[in-house]
Amino acid sequence: MTRNPDRPLSPHLTIWRWGPGMLVSILHRLTGGALAVAGLALLTGWLWAIAAGSASYDKFSLLAVSPVGLVVLIGLTWAFWQHLLSGIRHLVMDSGAGFELRVNRLFAVMTIAGSLFLTALTWVIATGVWG
Amino acid sequence: MSIDTSSTPLGQVRGTGSAHHGGEHWLRERLTSAALLLLGLWLIVSLLLLPTLDRATVAEWLRSASGAVPMALLVITAFVHGVDGLKTAVDDYVHDEGTRLLVHGIMTFAGVGGASLALFSLAKIAFGAS
Repeated sequence: MTRNPDRPLSPHLTIWRWGPGMLVSILHRLTGGALAVAGLALLTGWLWAIAAGSASYDKFSLLAVSPVGLVVLIGLTWAFWQHLLSGIRHLVMDSGAGFELRVNRLFAVMTIAGSLFLTALTWVIATGVWG
Repeated sequence: MSIDTSSTPLGQVRGTGSAHHGGEHWLRERLTSAALLLLGLWLIVSLLLLPTLDRATVAEWLRSASGAVPMALLVITAFVHGVDGLKTAVDDYVHDEGTRLLVHGIMTFAGVGGASLALFSLAKIAFGAS
């Protein structure tokens, strides 16, 4: 059960040169972590509040539309779109495609631009429907 | 595609190793990601199609099969994928084997517990909490 020290582990943040590919890789981890911890806690809490009754759901709703709640919700919306788009990029790269420097950089930049656009679009629609 | 002729890294590890499951974890992460691509988009679109998010509206939506079944799949798949992903990060940054196994164990417990809580709540709604 001991680790073979000859086998490499992921390099730490400090030794990467900043660039779109590196940034998107870090963001994939960060957004994935946020979705797994905060996203799943929120989803579970929401389902729990619906099941528990009106009083619980009212409390949950008040928290959700508070300034802190909205920052968390908008942040998770961005995390969802960023992780989804960079996840698609990873699936493409798993097939062996998209490693050329120019294409790789372009895809990386597109995931960031795309996630910001889709986050804005989601909230514009949301405020239009529910607002 | 047969395992023998595949030249991808996945092809090289499938069926090898002591338990013959070398590529299973890697593959499961990809399969759950493909499922979550669909289920995640389903959740966003479904929520935006609801006229309001008050309790009666969401409960009615989650009482229907078209709401409850994808939601159950989303909960299960998201917890599996989320725990897999967090464990992968732990593998990269926790170098002590004992600590690594302990953290993996805690994450498995938390994931199974969280998913059960979410599924219990969903079942309660689907089968008629009022």
